[in-house]
Amino acid sequence: MFNFHYRLERNAIGFVLAIIVVASIGGFIEIAPLFTIDETVEKAPDMRVYTPLEVAGRNIYIREGCYACHSQMIRTLRDEVERYGPYSLAVESKYDHPMLWGSKRTGPDLARVGGKYSNDWMTAHLNNPRDVVPESNMPAYRWLLRNQLETADLGEHLAALRAVGVPYTDDMIANAPKDAVGQANPDTDLATGVTERYGEKTDVSLFDGNQGSVTEMDALVAYLQVLGHLTGAAHTTPQNEVE
Amino acid sequence: MISQLTGNERVLAALTFLILLCVGVAMAAAGRDDLIGTHGWIIAVSAIAGAVALLRAYDAPEPSATRLSEYYDDPSKVGIILTLIWGVIGMLVGVWVAALLAWPELTIDAAWASFGRLRPVHTSGVIFGFGGNALIATSFHVLQRTTRARLPDQFSPWFVLFGYNLFCVLAASGYLMGITQSKEYAEPEWYADIWLVVVWVVYFSIYIRTLLRRKEPHIYVANWYYMAFILVVALLHIINNLAVPISFGHAKSYSLFSGVQDAMTQWWYGHNAVAFFLTAGFLGMMYYYLPKRAGRPIYSYRTSIISFWGITFMYMWAGSHHLHYTALPHWVQSLGMAFSVVLLVPSWASAGNALLTLNGAWHKVRDDAVLRFMMLAAIFYGLATFEGSFMAIRAVNSLSHYTDWTIGHVHAGALGWVAMITYGSLYALTPWLWKRPALYSAKLVEWHFWLALSGTVVYVFAMWNSGVIQGLMWRTYNDSGTLSYSFVDSLVAMHPYYIARAFGGLLFLSGAVIALYNIVMTIRSPVAVASESASDIPLGLEPAAPIAQAGE
Repeated sequence: MFNFHYRLERNAIGFVLAIIVVASIGGFIEIAPLFTIDETVEKAPDMRVYTPLEVAGRNIYIREGCYACHSQMIRTLRDEVERYGPYSLAVESKYDHPMLWGSKRTGPDLARVGGKYSNDWMTAHLNNPRDVVPESNMPAYRWLLRNQLETADLGEHLAALRAVGVPYTDDMIANAPKDAVGQANPDTDLATGVTERYGEKTDVSLFDGNQGSVTEMDALVAYLQVLGHLTGAAHTTPQNEVE
Repeated sequence: MISQLTGNERVLAALTFLILLCVGVAMAAAGRDDLIGTHGWIIAVSAIAGAVALLRAYDAPEPSATRLSEYYDDPSKVGIILTLIWGVIGMLVGVWVAALLAWPELTIDAAWASFGRLRPVHTSGVIFGFGGNALIATSFHVLQRTTRARLPDQFSPWFVLFGYNLFCVLAASGYLMGITQSKEYAEPEWYADIWLVVVWVVYFSIYIRTLLRRKEPHIYVANWYYMAFILVVALLHIINNLAVPISFGHAKSYSLFSGVQDAMTQWWYGHNAVAFFLTAGFLGMMYYYLPKRAGRPIYSYRTSIISFWGITFMYMWAGSHHLHYTALPHWVQSLGMAFSVVLLVPSWASAGNALLTLNGAWHKVRDDAVLRFMMLAAIFYGLATFEGSFMAIRAVNSLSHYTDWTIGHVHAGALGWVAMITYGSLYALTPWLWKRPALYSAKLVEWHFWLALSGTVVYVFAMWNSGVIQGLMWRTYNDSGTLSYSFVDSLVAMHPYYIARAFGGLLFLSGAVIALYNIVMTIRSPVAVASESASDIPLGLEPAAPIAQAGE
């Protein structure tokens, strides 16, 4: 073996090839089957896609680095299930390009935060967390209420998401900017289009409390309120593997 | 710098700046309504600045042919300065964001100044800015000395060094504006990623072209590690960053992978960025500078072989230990755990090999803070890899994951291993490259050593405490069978440790500032009687008889 290596280390090209081969094996064996083994991702026929407003909110979540302090992955541990709800299934992040499971909980897990707090609470909390949770060390995101949401290019966002595998229809892509405005403005003509395209259960609300304009706060709150609600699969799957 | 380029290389440089200018202007035009436009301008302005520098020296006489009988060290020299500057910037931001966690009201009401945007400036600043520049600078130096061949040309090393720093600037400025993919330690968007691939291909070509012209029959072990670093980082970077941009006028892209597949890909990347960027590259550094400084040969050649291939093979399986108890299939979690535990063998073989190399030179460790930096790095490498294998065990991970324990572990490696071996190597390298008899102040190196050590210890102990407390509070039940603590209770318990952590970071940062000062003063000190070391020239070109001394 050492004699072989004695020869190998005299051959630059051979050494390069050896590194590439040896280093490729592990990743190939662990990643490639995840795409081919069917049981990897559960089936969830009721799964819906994110609305344009939720996509925009998700992008704000990414932009502000929320994932650095909040996970979206409830582990199969008893205390986590009791604290946060049923443990997360792979299917629940099927349309998450990229996933936001996170690696650190400076703040609590958000995988099932949707519906736990009112829109008003969410808006107040994001605007200054210490107004509602005095002990919090989360930054205040005051600019979210000040910034108007950029909606014009949301169709392009949905088209790109379709290119990577999210089943958006032509109709959804064509109406993306309108649907974003509609979801944040209930009781308008635009709002009806949202429930037509994304289902009756879609949350159409004054997320930031203001009719008319659509702010970045609207988008982020809409996203947070849908977390854990794209599919009910986690609530119907028996959770028998908790440790 | 420009005057060292040959005529053809100057044309090549002009062409490069022209292409870069066109790309920058095209990005600025296509992305005038998007943040990518700002980055287009940054690229265009960088190209113009380069072109102006080129034009000012364009008519300088061509370098004489005697340059070929010397090593080409100027890119390493600039790289050392950049390393030290990025180190101070990255650690300063680190101390600041640590303070924000303890005192959130310190932050100002501006989007760019919030924790979520500054944190990747810290991580990328220290990993890529500080660590990457250190690797580039030292790899050029080690490569030439261990092959006894000069770098293949004068243009490509500068292209790699400045191109890489342009990537770092795009990354850091992007985070402040809100451009991020959210992939941990791979946050820059698609165009910056493509640019890094271009830079990396040139970096590899420098390496392979020099190796093919080497005058030593064997490729020295430091180069195995530097090559593994270059090759595997390319593999990881390209696959992890596969994405579809919204358009050429948008910074935003959507990752090709989603959900569980993306999670596995991201941590395959994330853990091996640790393995091949922060471990393999710096092991390359250690395998050259530690024996050189100690004046002792590497203790065991065979251990070097076993640990190198062990690390190269096994690390690539270990990423899934970041996903214990998640929606990742159980079989992948188990594989990751098994390989992570076995990984301790090659890791400790490397650390032991380094420490045993010091046998016969322990009196130097006592007297020479530079060598002591390298020894301490090897010890922290051993500690951090032991802790890593331990934390990869599922049951341990159930407690440690999502807590500050992970942050403590990362910093035991980053401060204790990566930064210590870097500062030790740069302290050794600076007087050699600038032909100074010694560093400006040995006393300041002592100061830096003790500040760095105490800072690391304070930091790591603070995070161990907070992490274990956090993990235990989350899973504590009271007598009635319900959870004892709310999440906020655990957050309140962290406060003293967050203050201690910021203090530890501040100690380490002060050391980094001292290092910058000491090295700048060394460079500015008067040149000693210039005596070109007789052996420090490429082989086969020197006028006198060949010199038998190997390695340098």
